[in-house]
Amino acid sequence: MSDANLTPKENYTPGNHPDLPPPPGTIGTIGWMRKNLFSTPLNTFLTLLGIATIWVTIPPIFNWAIFNSVWNVASRTECWDQMAYPNEGACWAFVQNRFLLLIYGFYPEPERWRVNLSFLMLILAAVPILFDQVPKRKWALVYSVAFPFIAGWLLVGGFGLNPVDSDKFGGVMLTIIIGVTGITFSLPLGVVLALGRTSNMPALRIVCVLFIEFIRGVPLIALLFIASTMLNYFLPPGSQFNLLMRVLIMVTLFAAAYNAEVVRGGLQGIPRGQFEAADAMGLKYWQAMRLIVLPQALKISIPGIVNNFIGLYKDTTLVLIIGMFDVLQIGRSSLADAEWSGLANEIYLFTALFFFACCFSMSRYSLYLEKKLHTGL
Amino acid sequence: MKVFSKVILALVVSCAFVASATAGTLEDVKARGELRCVVTTGLVGFAFPDDAGQWNGFDVDFCRATAAAVLGDAKKVKFVTSTGKTRFTKLNAAEGDVLWRNTTITFSRDVNVKLTFVGVNYYDGQGFMVKKELGVKSATELDGATVCIQTGTTTELNLSDYFKQQNMKYEAVPIETNDEARSNYLSGRCDVYTTDASGLAATRAALPDPSAHVILPEIISKEPLGPAVRQGDDQWADIVRWVLNATITAEEKGVTSANADQMKSSNDQEIKRLLGVEGSQGKELGLSDDWAYNIIKQVGNYGEIFERNIGTSTKIGLARGLNGLWTKGGLQYSPPFR
Repeated sequence: MSDANLTPKENYTPGNHPDLPPPPGTIGTIGWMRKNLFSTPLNTFLTLLGIATIWVTIPPIFNWAIFNSVWNVASRTECWDQMAYPNEGACWAFVQNRFLLLIYGFYPEPERWRVNLSFLMLILAAVPILFDQVPKRKWALVYSVAFPFIAGWLLVGGFGLNPVDSDKFGGVMLTIIIGVTGITFSLPLGVVLALGRTSNMPALRIVCVLFIEFIRGVPLIALLFIASTMLNYFLPPGSQFNLLMRVLIMVTLFAAAYNAEVVRGGLQGIPRGQFEAADAMGLKYWQAMRLIVLPQALKISIPGIVNNFIGLYKDTTLVLIIGMFDVLQIGRSSLADAEWSGLANEIYLFTALFFFACCFSMSRYSLYLEKKLHTGL
Repeated sequence: MKVFSKVILALVVSCAFVASATAGTLEDVKARGELRCVVTTGLVGFAFPDDAGQWNGFDVDFCRATAAAVLGDAKKVKFVTSTGKTRFTKLNAAEGDVLWRNTTITFSRDVNVKLTFVGVNYYDGQGFMVKKELGVKSATELDGATVCIQTGTTTELNLSDYFKQQNMKYEAVPIETNDEARSNYLSGRCDVYTTDASGLAATRAALPDPSAHVILPEIISKEPLGPAVRQGDDQWADIVRWVLNATITAEEKGVTSANADQMKSSNDQEIKRLLGVEGSQGKELGLSDDWAYNIIKQVGNYGEIFERNIGTSTKIGLARGLNGLWTKGGLQYSPPFR
């Protein structure tokens, strides 16, 4: 019934006045910009500054990373020959040539299908843990628990497969192995430590407190040095204790101590009444923990735990200091090849993107979980 | 108390193991069928993985030479990578048999770290690189310069000594890695970059326009880089020492990987002894008589190793200089094979 061309002069019966369009400049794109970008002189200034910054930085980055980049050549000099001046564009040929090395490290080529298979199996094992709508979840979880052992056998070999020394492990593969092992084993261990620390049994509590405080008081680097050097002096050389194994144990213990404190924070957030109610129901300690306390405590600990996991995942790069070839170290060593040296930007950018992809997915998953469990108040 | 005594016993037993295991590195290596060689995690020209993940470089070739001498096959090496901080413990904890890892021989490393250095495979020294446009011809003209320098290294101490001695001032720009130095130097935050001359050459080679930069003639420190073994195994130390000597003697006598077979029938008695045609020097070392032949045939003589990895034909383009043979004005000098 409304007619935008009606003039105000016309008469209407009360209550029948048509809605007039909002004044121009208050709706649509212009209105939105006025309201959000140019509402005050300060906002106007900041908006213009932002546009200028984007204008100055984005085109050169795109030019460098995409339009002037060079692929499919065999050395830095060939890369630079194709550009108007050196470093005008990214020499992605470097990352391209080193890609397999960056992914698999020194893992022997004919055996690399084992790494691929383990990775596929890792995804299959992770899905039932991460999402609960999976059909036949109970059976899938049995497989998930068995997965670390299957993967260990696949990667290390033996029992019918060619053995591969763990010092051939490297690149993305090594980073994922250390990260995933640390994450999966540190959570249960952390929960146990947190329960131990809040336990009524003095001996158990003291042991847990000592362990947690020791680990938290020592930098991860120091622990890795202990793993890589000091342990050797105590162990007879005949009984070589695999370096990767030592590192995995240290990283797991380190993350576990931190997780324990986060979970303890969660436990403290549970009202006393919940414990008492569980006791009143006649539940035993483990039943009370499993059914009443932990589900609530873990739920409120999610952001802290995921934060720890992300930190742990990035800390795995520290293993390069003890001479292990994680993805960052492979990149650094690649820079020592005279064919490519000088292309630090490309290789570090690749590494950064890899870590960003991993850590960002972790944090998105944590958000999903929080939403599903209705926390994040 | 019982537990405690058990721990002590375990420690004593493990110490005994350490003692017995390090007594015969040669037997260990032969029994294992593989040489464990400690190398760096990556240094241009000296040790680095190529696109296919194979280790290459000057030090790496000496690892291969050692394997060729001991096991008869230059491929039977496992490279134990180590950082500057873990290299000596890797060797002392018997994770490696020999260290070929651009390691400067110093008094404290020889005496306090309990290593035995058995020779010098590369004579290095700290130098300076500047942009050509500055017109600097000598390090004595660097008064007031800003210098990019790695913190906490001997290069820092050498630099301050040198400038004090010359009564000059400098401003240090502290950096951590070579890449950092490179970008600072290129952006003009520092006028001078100082590190070992081999490192300077490698950095210069990777600059957009190498010819616009000069390495000044002054070398202000001695950095003799050489192989090391654990102290207390003289037979093994002898082997590594004579592996290096064999490559140098081979170059001096003109024996190369290409002509090693013909040289077996040479009239030169030393060549014959070197290649195991006469005498039983290999047996005396505990090796086969053709140990040096294997080195030269499979890896090459000192000159070949040098040229292949860091010489003027490579991108790094180092001249022989101090590392030339003594007959050509350098310092590489092998005692005779007699």
